[in-house]
Order: sequence, then structure tokens, then C-alpha cells
Amino acid sequence: MKKIFGRPAGLTEILQRYCPGCGHGTVHRLIAELLVELNIRERTVGIAPVGCSVFADEYFNCDMIQPPHGRGPAIATGIKRSRPDCIVFSYQGDGDLAAIGTAETIHAAARNENITVIFINNAIYGMTGGQLAPTTLPGMRSTTSVKGRDVVKQGYPIRVCELLSGVDGTYYLERCAVHTPKNIIKTKKALKTAFRNQIDNKGFSLVEILSMCPTGWGVTPVQSTKWIAEKLEQYYPLGVFRDRAKEEK
Amino acid sequence: MAEKRLMYGNHAVAEGVIYAGCRFFAGYPITPQNEIPEYMSIRMNEEGGVFLQTESEIAAINMLFGASAAGKRAMTSSSSPGISLMQEGISYIAGADMPVLVVNVVRGGPGLGNIAPAQSDYYQATRGGGHGDYFTITLAPNSAQELFEFPRLGFELAEKYRNPVLILADGLLGQMMEPVEFSYEPIDPKTLPEKEWALSGCKGRERRVVRSYDLRPGKLEEWNWRRYEKYEKIKKSEQRHEAKDCDDADLVVVAYGTCARVSGAAVRMARDKGFKVGLFRPITLWPFPWDALGDMSKRIENFLVVEMSCGQMIDDVKLATECRSKISFQGRPGGGVPIPPEVYQKIEEILGGAR
Repeated sequence: MKKIFGRPAGLTEILQRYCPGCGHGTVHRLIAELLVELNIRERTVGIAPVGCSVFADEYFNCDMIQPPHGRGPAIATGIKRSRPDCIVFSYQGDGDLAAIGTAETIHAAARNENITVIFINNAIYGMTGGQLAPTTLPGMRSTTSVKGRDVVKQGYPIRVCELLSGVDGTYYLERCAVHTPKNIIKTKKALKTAFRNQIDNKGFSLVEILSMCPTGWGVTPVQSTKWIAEKLEQYYPLGVFRDRAKEEK
Repeated sequence: MAEKRLMYGNHAVAEGVIYAGCRFFAGYPITPQNEIPEYMSIRMNEEGGVFLQTESEIAAINMLFGASAAGKRAMTSSSSPGISLMQEGISYIAGADMPVLVVNVVRGGPGLGNIAPAQSDYYQATRGGGHGDYFTITLAPNSAQELFEFPRLGFELAEKYRNPVLILADGLLGQMMEPVEFSYEPIDPKTLPEKEWALSGCKGRERRVVRSYDLRPGKLEEWNWRRYEKYEKIKKSEQRHEAKDCDDADLVVVAYGTCARVSGAAVRMARDKGFKVGLFRPITLWPFPWDALGDMSKRIENFLVVEMSCGQMIDDVKLATECRSKISFQGRPGGGVPIPPEVYQKIEEILGGAR
């Protein structure tokens, strides 16, 4: 019998401990496939975040480092500048990238640091139990906004791609989602561009991925995919926000 | 004879880092150490190294974490408030057993304090500084010459024990100009051995992971105990000090860095007046030279601790001497620098007519 589907060599055999319906596993797989397809697995150093995907350092079958919360882009800078032949990616959630690590994100972009940043936006803090994220929608409930995010008291969400598109150094920015097969294919294409840019020494590429967190949202996995289409995508429109390859043509 | 140059302490330590074969600097400007990043911005460029002026000290220390995990010698410098910001990163680096070199040109605190020389970061430097059970090896230079030489020693210790190393200077040492002899041949980074733990891509080997966490029950406890064994080994092998005129002394002054220089002059004044006084200068602050000072306390009746703080190292003097001797203190916090007559007067006060 011919094997037509299996675990990509970019993933270890360790069982992933994500909740049912969580988007992390899908994105992990896309990255793992690309590590193999682009033939970069053996020269890649990956950076795990702090949050649910802290265990990414066990899941990706390449060299990995686990930094302090939010400092991924700084760690990536240190590695990339020390070993320019390595492919360096930083995998981060919304708290990691858009709250505690905002400065590191913006300045890595401003330096056009030749790294690939993968930003999982699920609008909630998963690991710590469903608290408000910098990307939690207005009116959205969390364990620290039980009546819904009150923008007067708790401020507005941050749109990372829109924010970074104002930073000149940024090379590539795209927002995708993983709630439908079509969107998953598009996400893989965006990730491929982001890695390809690094291989070609183009600079800072960030792919934001709207991702399901049924546990944190208090819905079923199926409902969570619908919620992305109906709610999250409305506030965070999908698309390419910056592509200097096209601008420079 | 080796080349000699008149240099600022800050330039001397920066050149020492280059001589030590380090080609990675990341840092954020803060007085009184700005000469270090300025010097590095030129020298790293000349040497084909990496110079990064970062958005914050937090970013700087994490860039060092990345560079050192990638197996490269990496260094940053800052002054007190900036070093406080770096503590998160230093804790992670210690927790991941990575070698980095951090230079603290200490200024007056707490808070924004001032930009005058101080030694008030002693506790922070010698008690870990951040969260968790860890220590940083801490070297205390007292001259531009030592500022030049200690980076090499620092990197050697950092790599031998896989632990962060701190050079604890102060604003006076950094800003003072002194002759520096380039006492050794510069190390070519290409001759430094590859680290068997470095992240470089897993071609032809098992993948490697650098981390400071372990959530499996009992595992972090084991890991901490293993690191504790390392610290015990460091305590046993790496205590460094300098003792002068202590053999016949009725009183020994204990001081490091700038205070050791000032106290040295005070000791000479006292000797000239017939007082039997010596100077004990800790060179490693962690591990503190507990053993040598402990031995000394079996025959020395009086110790005078001189610090540019309200008294922090004095705790280690008490621990080392197990309170066998009488311990006095002369301190100048908040950027105050003692002058030799001040210290001499204290010596005279303690010893009274006992010449």
C-alpha cells in the first residue's frame, strides 16, 4: 500500500497537547511541511513563545530555543546576526507579540531584521485560562472582561499588520486564517513567501494567522471556525498589508 | 614590551572584549557607560562583528541570549537602571546555562538615582539579581588595566561553567583615564572551539533545544540541584582576592573596585603614621573570597569595610569571618566617593592609640 499522508519530517513524534479544535496544530504542520519542502530544516533555529505553544520547542524537529515572554524577535536577532546562514523563525501568540513584546516586534521590523515571524492571533490568552488579549474584540468576553471588553476602560484591540505596515523597515506582512481548507492553503502560501524572503535575504516578514481557540472562547470547535469568519475576520481583514517585492518592482 | 595606551576605563573594557575574541555587542545608551557602545560601534565594524543599539536593555540581553545560544561570545554593557531591566533575561540565561558577559558601570540609585559612581548594586550582582535560584560570577576590577583584562577571564569562566558573568565596575572606573598595557595577544574568534550545545541547525546531528523550563514533576528540582553543584564547584575553585600588608596587621580594610583604590591610599597613610593596617581586596564578589577572609579573621582583630553604599558587601564579610572579629563600616551611598583621609580617620578612630 502506498502511503499518501503522514507526519512531516519537520515535526517530532512527541504528541501535541493542544485542545480539540485548536489552530496551533494546523499551523505547526504547515511550518513543518515548509521546513522540508524548502529544504531548510537542518539549518533552521526556531523560537517558541510563552503561552500554549511554549511546547513548540518539543514539537518542531529542528534546533529550538525558548525565550522570555515576548522577546522572540530579540532572540531571533541575536541568532540571525550570529549565524546568518541559519533560517530563524519566531512563533508567537497575541499576548507574546502584541502586548509584552510589542517593542521587540516593532523594532525588529524597523531594522528589517532578516527573520520570519509567525503570529497566532486567537484574541484570547489560552495558556493562562482565557484572559483579555491585546487583540480581544470590543464587547468580547474573557475571564478579565466577564461582561465583554469595555473599550472605555480596557482600551481597543491592536491590529498588528496595520500597525506594522506603517513601519518602513517591514518587508512582508500578510494576515491569513486557518478556519477553512481554502484559508489553510492560503496560509501555507503566505508562510512560504515569508520563509522564502528570509532565504533570499529580503528581511522582516510577518504572517498573522487568525486561529481558533474553542476552549478560550467557550464554544465548540465547529462553532469556533464560524466565529472566525463572522467576527474575527470582520475586525481583522485578511490580505497582504505589505510586500516590498511588489513595491520595488 | 606590549603596547601601552592611555585609555578611559570604559574604552579599556570595550577593547578587552574585542581582544577576548567577542564579536557581538548589543546595548542601550545610559550614563556613565556610553563610551562603551560608542567605542563598540566603531570597533565591531572594523572587526566584522555585530553592533546593535537596541530599543531597550531588555532587547539587548535577549539578543545576547540568542547569540550565546548560537554559540558565540556575546557581551552587553549598561549601568544600574539598565541592569535592573536586564534581570529577566539574565535569569533566563542562567536558567538555560548559557554564557554571556555583562558589564555594569554602576551609578547611584535606587531609581533613576544619579550618574555618579556607586557600589550599591552589590546585592543585585551577588545574589542572583533576578528570580529563581541562581548566581552570576561577578568580577570587580579596580583599574583600567583590569577592565581590559577581565573580559577574557570573564568569557573563560562563563564558558567553563556555562553561566553568565558580570563585571561590576563603577562610574569612576569607567570615566577615569589610566595607562593600559595590552598584555596579551588578541584572540581570533575563528580559533575559539565550536560549542557542543550551540544552536546552528541540526545537520548531521540530533536537534538541540535551549530552554529554562521543565514542567515535568520533580525535573526542575533535579535541574536546580545540578546547577547548585556547579555553584559549589565555582565557590571552591574561583574565589579571587588580593591581600596587601595583612600579615602583621591590627586592622584590615576590606574594599573592592574604586573603594579599594581609595582605601589603598588610606592604608599607606596609616602605615606612614605607624598603624599596622592591611588591605584585603575581593576580586570575585561572587564567589566572595570567603575562605581567605575567614582564615584571616582567625588572627585579625579588626576589619573595616569601605563601600560606596549603605553597606552591602559587609554581609559577606560577616559571613566569611563568622563574626570572630570586630567589623566596622565606612560607607558613602548615592554617588558619594570616599577620599583617603576619610578612610584614614576611621582607621585612626578604630585603632586609637594602638600604633
